[in-house]
Amino acid sequence: MEKAINNRMLKKNKNKKLKKRIIKHWQLYVMILPAVIYLIIFKYKPMYGVIIAFKDFDMRAGIMGSTWVGFDNFSRLFSSYWFPIILKNTLTISLLSLVIGFPIPIILALMVNEIKNEKMKHTFQTVSYAPHFISIIVVCGMVTLFLNPSTGIINKFLNLLGMESVFFMQNSGMFKWVYVLSGIWQNVGWGAIIYFAALSGVDKSLIESAEIDGANRLQKIKYINFPVLIPTMTILFILRCGQLLGVGYEKVYLLQNATNISASEVISTYVYKMGLINSDFSFSTAVGLFNSIINAIILILANRISRKVGKSSLW
Amino acid sequence: MANVVTRHKRKKTRMKIHGSDLAFDIINYTLLVLSFIITLYPILFVLSASISDPDAVSSGKMFLFPINPSLEGYKYVFMQKDIWVGYANTIFYTVLGTLINLAVTVPCAYALSRKNLAGRKYIMLLFIFTMYFNGGLIPSYLNANSLHLVDTRTIMLISGAVSVFNLIVARTFFENTIPEQLNEAAEIDGCGDFKTFTKIILPLSKPILVVLMLYYGVGHWNSYFNAMIYLKDHAKFPLQLILREILILSSFSSDIMTDSMSPEAMAALLEQQDTANMLKYSVIVVSTLPMMIIYPRLQKYFAKGVMIGSVKG
Repeated sequence: MEKAINNRMLKKNKNKKLKKRIIKHWQLYVMILPAVIYLIIFKYKPMYGVIIAFKDFDMRAGIMGSTWVGFDNFSRLFSSYWFPIILKNTLTISLLSLVIGFPIPIILALMVNEIKNEKMKHTFQTVSYAPHFISIIVVCGMVTLFLNPSTGIINKFLNLLGMESVFFMQNSGMFKWVYVLSGIWQNVGWGAIIYFAALSGVDKSLIESAEIDGANRLQKIKYINFPVLIPTMTILFILRCGQLLGVGYEKVYLLQNATNISASEVISTYVYKMGLINSDFSFSTAVGLFNSIINAIILILANRISRKVGKSSLW
Repeated sequence: MANVVTRHKRKKTRMKIHGSDLAFDIINYTLLVLSFIITLYPILFVLSASISDPDAVSSGKMFLFPINPSLEGYKYVFMQKDIWVGYANTIFYTVLGTLINLAVTVPCAYALSRKNLAGRKYIMLLFIFTMYFNGGLIPSYLNANSLHLVDTRTIMLISGAVSVFNLIVARTFFENTIPEQLNEAAEIDGCGDFKTFTKIILPLSKPILVVLMLYYGVGHWNSYFNAMIYLKDHAKFPLQLILREILILSSFSSDIMTDSMSPEAMAALLEQQDTANMLKYSVIVVSTLPMMIIYPRLQKYFAKGVMIGSVKG
């Protein structure tokens, strides 16, 4: 009995203290206020809008007023002609960029780390970042210019080697390679920054003692530099897995045309077209929601696996 | 005697290491030079193509150095009124938008780095959750529509007011570089939190301000998707949307033709694909040059920024 009263007193005291602390530092709360308001209006309010995926949305009736249709929009998606195509394209493109695009920045960072001359290292890094600062529109513009069958520089090189011009942009089998390789060109240097940063933390004395033990360069990389990168790699890998179905519309949309659409239509471009071009709001939201849910599941699974297998995880 | 033997041995092992290291260096440098060329070549090609004779470019005679250099392409690009309007809009969106980003992100990140902020864990969760889940395209569009922000300049300025990733980077910076005692000392001296922030913390935060400015600024300069969704009025289009029309949709505005050139002459000129391509190369250079000039100067900062951000999530 006494204990309970005591506890209550303590709690009351604690509450009082908390209140005092909040009042004393009210200015800190004012500082976070604009960001929180932004978050509520532009992030959380649209999340509530997701329920139109389960409704037949009518602009005039609004989100609340529209009639419920349950899972109709989803069954329409799963039975649609485009569903298997967009799912396959999305997975092909994102898995390919993951398998090729993930290891290359790591290899690049390890290689650049072996450059002894500081000035050379610096120059190389500056050049490797450059494509990252070119906008996606310009990159796609360059891709279409370079791959033009009659005037593009790449086909000119192929012709020089005695080969026929390739209709890259019209050939649906080529689309994924155009997408992935141009993405690597643009982002490898930037992606390597984080690994450069991690490598700069390598203990110099470890390298020296390995040298004394007679380790060669490859062995030093394998046993000292590479293991340092593993935690960073794991985190980035999990994050990439969480975006597996999230192939950005930005670039796919710019590169696609009527002749390669069968290989270039992905979930996000489909959402955009169905929603904002065809004004099929509810259906498009359902497609988007399906996409986010699968992404969330993959993210959670990847995190769980890496926690079991390795030591690092996101949470 | 023993000494001589070990010295001899050591010399031998060093020689051996030297041999395999040489092979390593040769392979390593070859690959690096190759990737250097692959990275740089397309950029140099565009630069040369923009000032070369368009016939030489399209027939494949120009590989690296410009042939018959002239600034014709640039003359036509600068005649295009749309480009100027787009440039002005982009500069407006980039400068004002970045200022808004900083004004919202930096105080918030500082407050979240303070242990005095009761409930900061929950507030942080509120932010982090939005990194992994969002309403999606259509609900966001309907939201902007219901706020009467569609087709306004305001939506371009505030639709990305806070990037949670940048917020975390900034908070990590404050946690790691501003000693807690500094905040306590300011408090004892009678500073309120506002005063501590503006008089003491901000002057110490130049590195993180530059990093955020670069991240947000590049984002505004290069973004097109928000503009494509939310804007309808050509006069509000940023440069990137104009570029999309020229580079991807291959449509040139009729504005060039009204200025200083007879419509027939211009139309004839544009009919030739070679010339149209030359204009494209010039347009690429004109729109990309500012970024290419600015970023090498800020390089040391963004390397630092990534290091700050990578410490922990």
